[in-house]
Amino acid sequence: MRGPHDVGGLPDGPVDTQEHILTFWEKQVDGLRAAVGAKGLMTSHESRRAVESLGHDAHENMQYYERWTAALCRNMIDKGIITQDEVDARVTLIRKRLAETGELELDSADAGRRA
Amino acid sequence: MSAHEHDHGHADDHDDHRGHDHNAPPQPDDKVHSYYQILGIALKELLIEKGIVAAADVRRNIEARDAITPANGAQVVARAWVDPAYKARLFADGNAAAAELGFVIANTKLVAVENTSDEHNVVVCTLCSCYPRDLLGLPPSWYKSRAYRARVVREPRAVLEEFGTMIPDDVRLRVHDSTADMRFLVVPRRPVGTEGMSEEALAALVTRDSMIGVAAIDPPKL
Amino acid sequence: MSKFVPGESVRIRDDYPPGHIRTPVYLRGKRGVVTRYFGDFANAEVEAYGRRGPRKGVYGVLFCAGDLWGDYKGPAHDVVEADLYEHWLEKLA
Repeated sequence: MRGPHDVGGLPDGPVDTQEHILTFWEKQVDGLRAAVGAKGLMTSHESRRAVESLGHDAHENMQYYERWTAALCRNMIDKGIITQDEVDARVTLIRKRLAETGELELDSADAGRRA
Repeated sequence: MSAHEHDHGHADDHDDHRGHDHNAPPQPDDKVHSYYQILGIALKELLIEKGIVAAADVRRNIEARDAITPANGAQVVARAWVDPAYKARLFADGNAAAAELGFVIANTKLVAVENTSDEHNVVVCTLCSCYPRDLLGLPPSWYKSRAYRARVVREPRAVLEEFGTMIPDDVRLRVHDSTADMRFLVVPRRPVGTEGMSEEALAALVTRDSMIGVAAIDPPKL
Repeated sequence: MSKFVPGESVRIRDDYPPGHIRTPVYLRGKRGVVTRYFGDFANAEVEAYGRRGPRKGVYGVLFCAGDLWGDYKGPAHDVVEADLYEHWLEKLA
């Protein structure tokens, strides 16, 4: 019954002490989450619960703010604020937009999923 | 400014992905590529269109976060070094003491812990990434990493050595795992040779890592 | 209201309820000493599900690193401190 987030005492490798300046996308997720929180629509506890329920793969393979994004999505759908259909449609739209403008690069793995 | 921003009714929000131009130096990974990154933009657009949040709220939050840096915490530490009465107030009520210097800490309780010749404090959140964000800004990547969170409670001295910090065996190491609403600020030891320095000059010596507890403060270079 | 006093020895419940829990697994079943009472706080383990419940006392609890880890390599006086909700603490007779 150890959740994927509950790592205290587990073996791991050296700490990567390099600095990472947050990208604008990461700052946006942070700002969006804070805005939703300020409206009383999601507490930090609800956000953490959703992050934990993403499972082990998410904790191994996803980046920190990707997990936060997934958690925000789950909370907003669970609360009936948005629907999965709306999310799917918007993701499709954004991908189309990006492909047309070419201003943002999609990586090959993502291109494979779209094909 | 591209057409799609007008199509979706938030022409004022021109910084979806190019705001970094005036915000931070471009990073190699500063491109939207994964499903989750696209999802993040999708959520932002949907929540704005539905009137749940305003684009201005998101922008204001980003600006507010950017405005909070470890220099804020350094001011608190330097004041505690020079003013024993302030130091006593800081240990009694961290939020009130931070507010005296204009730093508002919302929703969490700031708890200051003091490094001495007998005890060295270091902070972690093994369950997530709890950190005194309202005083120090967003945590460094390593603080959120699995390696730091997993190991610092079990082999803290080895982890500190990876930061170049050696704690003598006769100094007790005290690891704080932030598991509830407490947010810990380490008050590092004031370096020797700083007796005559101004509060402002002292604050400039205080590093983020020293306030997390993974580093000590180097004496000033003369 | 404070149910434990500083200096009091406690044992952390060795339970594994499903859901959002703020007591790390590595502390469950371990003995520690209460350092201080931080006050009563919203219970994250209830709030995580969008519900409200009674506020819970939160206590600093100090553990000897050697008691947590059989193979702890540092000196015997090293400690770990965590902030734990009262419903995870058991009084020791």
